[in-house]
Amino acid sequence: MEKILKRYFPLFVLPTLIAFTVAFIVPFVLGGYLSFTKFTTVTDAKWVGIGNYIKAFSNKDFLSALWFTARFAIVSVLSINIFAFALALLLTKGFRGTNLFRTIFFMPNLIGGIVLGYIWKLIINGFLQHWSVTLTYSPSYGFWGLVVLMNWQMIGYMMIIYIAGIQSVPDTLIEAAKIDGATLWRILRSITIPLVMPSITICMFLTVSNSFKLFDQNLALTAGDPANRTSMLALDIFNTFYGKVGWEGVGQAKAVIFFILVALITLPQLLLTRSKEVEQ
Amino acid sequence: MKMKRVFSAVLGSTMLMSMLAGCGGSTETSVAANGGEIYFLNFKPESAEIYDKITADYEAETGVKVKVVTAASGTYETTLKSEIAKSEPPTIFQINGPVGYQNWKDYCADLKDTKLYSYLTDQSLAVSSEGNIYGIPYVVEGYGIIYNDAIMQQYFSLTNKAVDISSMDQINNFDTLSKVVTDMTAHKDELGIEGVFASTSLGAGEQWRWQTHLANIPFYYEFSENVNFDNSILAGLDAKTVDFKYSQNYKNIFDLYMNNSCTEPAMLSSKSVDDSMAEFALGKVAMVQNGNWAWGQISGVDGNTVTEDNIKYLPIYTGIQGEESQGLCIGTENYFAINSKVSKEQQDASIAFLEWLFSSEKGKAYVTNDLKFIAPFNTFTEAEKPADPLAKEVLNWMSKDGVKLVPWTFSCFPSEDFKNTFGDGLVSYAQGQEDWQAVEKTVKDAWASEVAAKAE
Repeated sequence: MEKILKRYFPLFVLPTLIAFTVAFIVPFVLGGYLSFTKFTTVTDAKWVGIGNYIKAFSNKDFLSALWFTARFAIVSVLSINIFAFALALLLTKGFRGTNLFRTIFFMPNLIGGIVLGYIWKLIINGFLQHWSVTLTYSPSYGFWGLVVLMNWQMIGYMMIIYIAGIQSVPDTLIEAAKIDGATLWRILRSITIPLVMPSITICMFLTVSNSFKLFDQNLALTAGDPANRTSMLALDIFNTFYGKVGWEGVGQAKAVIFFILVALITLPQLLLTRSKEVEQ
Repeated sequence: MKMKRVFSAVLGSTMLMSMLAGCGGSTETSVAANGGEIYFLNFKPESAEIYDKITADYEAETGVKVKVVTAASGTYETTLKSEIAKSEPPTIFQINGPVGYQNWKDYCADLKDTKLYSYLTDQSLAVSSEGNIYGIPYVVEGYGIIYNDAIMQQYFSLTNKAVDISSMDQINNFDTLSKVVTDMTAHKDELGIEGVFASTSLGAGEQWRWQTHLANIPFYYEFSENVNFDNSILAGLDAKTVDFKYSQNYKNIFDLYMNNSCTEPAMLSSKSVDDSMAEFALGKVAMVQNGNWAWGQISGVDGNTVTEDNIKYLPIYTGIQGEESQGLCIGTENYFAINSKVSKEQQDASIAFLEWLFSSEKGKAYVTNDLKFIAPFNTFTEAEKPADPLAKEVLNWMSKDGVKLVPWTFSCFPSEDFKNTFGDGLVSYAQGQEDWQAVEKTVKDAWASEVAAKAE
C-alpha cells in the first residue's frame, strides 16, 4: 500500500502544486521581477535595474512610514499580548458568565477593518471635539488612535488562543505546585507561561505580522493625515503604486523590501519564542 | 507538540508568501464579460445604468455589441491598469488630460482624422501632442460659488445691512463679496443660517475643491502671464517651478470661506464634500463652492429646501486686478481615448460608436436627457442642452458677453501628490499649526519636486 502511494506521489501532489504555482510562485517571481522594471501594466515592463530601490530608499515618505510602522508594531504587539494574556487568565478562573465575556471580547475581531476604522474615527473625533481639534491635528493622535483600534480588534482573538493554551495546562501540575507551597505568581511564572509558550509563539507572530501589514484600519482612520505622517508601510506602498504616475515599479520595489523586512523580523521571532517552548 | 510546530512554521511561511503575492497586482475585478467587440471602460459610476440602455439600443440598431464596464468611484486608474493588461482590453477608455496622457501615451491612438474630432466646437480642448490628437473631451463642466438666491434676497431686503447693494449682479469683485459675506455673518441669526459658506471640507480625499479647483484660479493667472504660450495649461506643463504669485489672492478667498463658515476652522478636517452639500441643501448656509455635477447631490438630500429657481452661480473672486469680467471656471477632466493596441477594426468600431452617440438623434437624446452632459460638440443644437438648473447656469455664463471664462488650468498640475501635499498644507493652516508663508513654501517646493520626479 505504502509503495503504491509512493509511486503515485507526483500524481497526487500535482493539483496542489499547480494551484500553488499559479497562485503563489508565479505572482511571487513576477512581483520580484517587476520591482526591477518600469511599467504601467504588467505586460509592458522595461528593465531599469536597481533604480527603483534607490528611489524607494531616497523617498522620505517611505522612510517615515517605516519608522512609524516600527514604533506602532512595538507598542501594539506589547499591549495586545499583555492585555490578551491578562484577560485569558481572568476568563479561565471560572467566573459566572465566562463564556459570555469571551464572546463579547472576541466580537470586535469579526468586524471588517474599514468599518472599524470609520467607526473609531467618529468616536475619536467626537471625543476630541471638546478641545476643538480632530484626529488629524497631530500625527501622535493618529498613532494612538491606531494603537487603540488595533488593541480593540486583536485582543479578543489573541485571548482565545491564550485561553486554549492555558486550558491545556494540566491541573495536576498546578495542584502539585500548590501543595509544595508555590505562590500564584510563582505558578504563573514557572508553570503556566512555559507551558503556554506555543500559544505565545503564534500570538506574537500574528500580532507582529498584522501590525506590519496593517492597511485598511490605517486607510479608514487617518488615510495618512496629516501630511502622510501617519501612513504605514502598506498604505505607502499602495499610494506609491496607484497615486504616482510612473512610480509603479518603485511601489513594487517597496513591496519587496517590505516582504524581506517582515520575513527578517518574524522568522527570528518564531525561532526565539519556539526555543523557549517546553515539552510536557 | 511536534505537529503544532510544523503547523506554525507552515502557517508562517504561507502568510509571508501571501504578502508579496498580494502586492503583485492581482486586482481582478469581477466583470460581467460578454466578449463584445467594443469594450468601453466607463469612468462615471452615476451613468452606468444609462450606458447599459445606450449599448442595448446601439446593438439593436447596428448589430455591434458594446461591452461597458464601470469602475467604482475613485478606482478608475486601478481598474484600467488591470483591465488593459488582459487579452481583451478596453478599446475605449478615458484619460484626465495632458498629465494622464503622459501615463497612457503608449496606449492612445491618434484621433486627428476622426469625425468626432471635427465635431468639437473648440478643437483646442482636445489633448494633443506633436500635432496628433489623443484625447477628445466629451463633457464640459463648470464650477464657481453656488448660492441660494432665496437667502440672498432675504439679506438684501434687510434694513440694517451694512452694504448699499441690492442684487447679486453688483457683486463683481472680491472686495464687494467680502463685505457682503462678513455682513451676512453678522446677521446670520436674522437670516436663519449657521454660516454663509458651507464647510471647507478638508478630510482625506475631500480636499479637491481647494487644492485642485480653487488653486486653479491663482495658477491660471500666473501661467497666463507667460507670453511664450497662448494657453495657460501648456504654460503650466512647461513650468519647472512656480512663483505662486497670487498666493495672497488664494488666501483671501480661503480665509473668507473658513471664517464665515458654519464650521470652526479647526474642525474642518473631519468634513466631507457630502457634508458641505447637505448643509447647503438644507438651507443652513447660503453659499458653497462646487460644480454643476453637484445638482444631483443637492436635490438628492432629504429635506432639501433649495428650489430649482433659487440656485445660481457666482464666479470665484479673489481680488485679482480686472476680475470684474471673470466668469466661471469651465473645462473638462474627461477625455475619450482609443486603445492603440487593439486591432484596427476594433478601433474603427469604437470610434463609430462614439460618433453615433454624439451625432445621431438617438445618441444625442441620451446624452442630453439621461447622461445630462453639456457636450462640447457642434452636433448639438440649442434645444439639445441639459435642463438641470446648474447646467443651465453654466451655459448662461458661457454665453454671456464680455465674460472671460477661466479654463481648467489645474490639468497641468504635476501629480496627485502635489495636490495632496497642497491639501495637507491647507489642513495645517486651518488648524492654526502653520502660517500662510509655510503653506506657500510647501506648494512651491512640492511643485518643483514633483516635476523633477516626473522628469526622471
